[in-house]
Amino acid sequence: MSAQGLVEVESCCKSFPHPEGKSEFTVLDNISVSVEPGEVVALLGRSGSGKSTLLRIMAGLIPASSGKVFSDGKPLTGPNPDVAMVFQSFALLPWLTVIENVEVGLEAHGVGRMERTKRALKAIDLVGLDGFESAYPKELSGGMKQRVGFARALVVEPKVLFLDEPFSALDVLTAENLRGEIDDLWNAGTFPAKSILLVTHNIEEAVFLADRIIVLGTNPGRIRGEVKVDLPRPHDRTRPEFKELVEHLYAIMTNPTMNIEVVPAHASQVPQRKPSRSPYAEPLPHVRVGTISGLLELLVEHDRDRHEIARVAERLSLPIDDLLPILDAAGLLGFAIVADGIVHVSDVGRDFATTTILRSKELFRHQVLEHVPLVATMSKTLREKQNGSMRADFFLDLLDEYYPADEARRQFATAVDWGRYAELFEYDAAEELLTISDAAHSAL
Amino acid sequence: MQNILPPRISLRRLRFGLSDLAVILGALAILAVIAKVGAGAFVGFTPPKNVPSVSLDPRNLPYYAGRSTLRMFVALAASFVFTFAYGYVAARSKYAERVLIPLLDILQSVPVLGFLSITVTGFIALFPGSLLGLECASIFAIFTSQAWNMAFSFYQTLRTLPQDLVEATESYRLPAWQRFVQLEVPASMIGLVWNAMMSFGGGWFFLAASEAISVLNQSYTLPGIGSYVAAAVSAQDMHALGWAVLTMAFTIVLIDQLFWRPVVAWADKFRLEQSAAAEAPQSWVFDLFRSSRVPHAIERIWSPAGDALTFALSSVTAVRPMRIVDPRVERIVNQLYLAALIVIVAGLIGLGIHFILTTVGFVEISKVIALGAATLLRVAVLLTLATLVWTPIGVVIGLNPRLTRMLQPVALFCASFPANFIFPFATLAFITYHVNINYGSIILMALGAQWYILFNTIAGAASIPTDLREMADDIGLRGWSRWRRLIVPGIFSSWVTGGITASGGAWNASIVSEIVTWGHTTLTAAGLGSYIADATGKGDWPRITLGVGMMSVYVVAVNRIFWRKLYALAEKKYHL
Repeated sequence: MSAQGLVEVESCCKSFPHPEGKSEFTVLDNISVSVEPGEVVALLGRSGSGKSTLLRIMAGLIPASSGKVFSDGKPLTGPNPDVAMVFQSFALLPWLTVIENVEVGLEAHGVGRMERTKRALKAIDLVGLDGFESAYPKELSGGMKQRVGFARALVVEPKVLFLDEPFSALDVLTAENLRGEIDDLWNAGTFPAKSILLVTHNIEEAVFLADRIIVLGTNPGRIRGEVKVDLPRPHDRTRPEFKELVEHLYAIMTNPTMNIEVVPAHASQVPQRKPSRSPYAEPLPHVRVGTISGLLELLVEHDRDRHEIARVAERLSLPIDDLLPILDAAGLLGFAIVADGIVHVSDVGRDFATTTILRSKELFRHQVLEHVPLVATMSKTLREKQNGSMRADFFLDLLDEYYPADEARRQFATAVDWGRYAELFEYDAAEELLTISDAAHSAL
Repeated sequence: MQNILPPRISLRRLRFGLSDLAVILGALAILAVIAKVGAGAFVGFTPPKNVPSVSLDPRNLPYYAGRSTLRMFVALAASFVFTFAYGYVAARSKYAERVLIPLLDILQSVPVLGFLSITVTGFIALFPGSLLGLECASIFAIFTSQAWNMAFSFYQTLRTLPQDLVEATESYRLPAWQRFVQLEVPASMIGLVWNAMMSFGGGWFFLAASEAISVLNQSYTLPGIGSYVAAAVSAQDMHALGWAVLTMAFTIVLIDQLFWRPVVAWADKFRLEQSAAAEAPQSWVFDLFRSSRVPHAIERIWSPAGDALTFALSSVTAVRPMRIVDPRVERIVNQLYLAALIVIVAGLIGLGIHFILTTVGFVEISKVIALGAATLLRVAVLLTLATLVWTPIGVVIGLNPRLTRMLQPVALFCASFPANFIFPFATLAFITYHVNINYGSIILMALGAQWYILFNTIAGAASIPTDLREMADDIGLRGWSRWRRLIVPGIFSSWVTGGITASGGAWNASIVSEIVTWGHTTLTAAGLGSYIADATGKGDWPRITLGVGMMSVYVVAVNRIFWRKLYALAEKKYHL
């Protein structure tokens, strides 16, 4: 890998130990990324791809388990002095005014009071917050808060500006406006940072802002490849090339095994996902049953057989990170077939979305027992028990083998939600006790 | 109080003259009072000949109240220093945490007044020939009633700081000092101020108890409002008692207006929510401060020195490179550490048991266990009665916003008013009507503890969401079913909080309520509290150790077996 990268990671892995210390859970697997001067790089991935973890490793906030991290050619041993971060949740100190928040980074570096004020005022001016210097964050709207976040980052003139999903906590219009202004600043050529590294799950946003998009895969997080955005800046959304790129990326994102043309050196050894035997190892997408049926209803209403996912996302103005798990769930349950950026509702799916609630529960129960090994196994275990009940810990322990503790809890919660809807079992949250449901008894 | 004073806007307009004058004069007056009152702490003290006495002339009461108030504030300052140091170390160091937090748990359960015998002798030895030793012992008693709570509150905020703010301060490489000042202290400020205010209110009780005590066959008197009451009791002077109660009430209100309200109003800016609060706390003193230019002027003068200090402290605490420890090494170090801890703790317990067994014997221990059970029974009866009486009243008040606004401050006032000022009246009544002190002491303990149940119930009832109340009206939920389905679940968490505080207060109070005097008559109830008080008076070390230890064991056991379970239930099921 070239040596002039501003921030680089080389064959980096990150794993978190299980609480009991039995095994480890890998979040990032063999990742190499370099940010060169003068470019905007986007890390695009679904939740669980470890993109935020990767950003934090490059920012020196958490150490990598193995591999090397360099900043400006030097190995990193603590918070990275060459970068400044803009946070998804703004991360402003509520007891400081706008200007005091912007000055925090400068004060940390020992810049004197006069100089601090001068530079802070300039940065506030740059992001268009003139007149709000002495306001407190709670007086500002979300968009203005994030402007403060940008000013705080830009005022220290970092080599690389790190953006951690900076627009995803804003409403659609505000996000659009701020994104455009940041892009204008960058294109004007006087941007106070040499490069930008953006973490996002929003495909359009990545294509709009970035010169280069690195696509991350999940379980464990790894680089699937990269897509160059060879368009004149600012990237014009109405150009057919823009739309093609967006659709291409949707196809990549909905198809975990699809190859991406331009593949950097290290990503060639992408580990294939091993087929797992245990029903506890197959992750459920965290989606409520009502949401699945809601999406299917919307799709069925439109008299078409095939739907482009990019269009569906646009029509519902749902970010891809919210939409994909629903499609995954529909696919897993056999209600839809998802491939290459296209979704196709199956006959069962059509039936499920349009029939009465009792019939749809029956259909759901059938599909769950057929296609979702985790719920099916849980139901089987309960039926084999004399008293038909089981403590939640039993299943959580089994799930702990394959997931970090939090994720194991979420897997369990989703399985319980689906199982309850299918009337396979009941769950007493206070006692943490699963019991086989009477309906399931008589039906089976 | 607020209605009489000019509204905020008009205060603002007095940019120059009046508000500045008021702030300057107020500050000077406070300094003068501190100088006058504080001087009394440095007088000579060589028992048994040269001991300070207390005059029962009511005109001396303001001075005595001033002496006591000064003690309270010195203790408060000490509690803050302790809190920051202890909480910070406990939250920052994994190793320290495992010792400091359980220790805090135990310290919270040890009866504050049981300490007195140890501390009084210690501090007198520390400052021979000066009253400072007694002053320190009294301040220390107040300190022990405040510091543990506050340190725990600070520690918990540090452990639950919002992750994004922590990352922001890390990524902007704030030195530890700046992170402390900009993030950690501000984030914990609201919780800390409320905690300090409540503990300060409780502190009056211990102040009053510690100003006049008999330790090791020796009576000590420290001039103050508490010792004034004690002197009035032995002189059987009803008038003096009345004046003392009045002065105490006035002092509490004055400190609330001049100190706590402004501090609470100021601390409101440290709210972590990013949206504006519905109803910000108000204070006329705080408004006066804000409209004055004096604080600004002081800030301007101070800022170069402040900057230099920040710079110096920051460069000492600059960000250091990450240390990556081999997990295997860490595990071994961990196990060694744990083993060492177990050995030390086991050794200490062994020493304690050996000491008690060899000096007092087994019979005494079983007697003390029985006495503990008697006191436990009293605490249980008290809590039940207080709940039966005050919960319905609290609910009525809490469900009515106007009543809540009017009566919640009254309940808070009652909680801070030291119950031991009322004890003499109750004692006299017991003597006159021949009430058995074994039952009467329950009433004495309740005088202080019941208010925690009342104001927590008020707060709980007031926090039941309006839509739920409307729903209950709408579906006609009335009478017992309304209580069972809406009110009890709604106030449960608050009641548990109140119950824990009340029970802790009652155990502490047992030391002074199971043994009371009026003139030459002394009433003694059978219980662990009177046992400790008696042992302390006689200076019987083994029995002091046994009594204090037994009470701690009882308190810890009740907390673990009873309150923890209820707390968990409240958190899990009845969390609104």
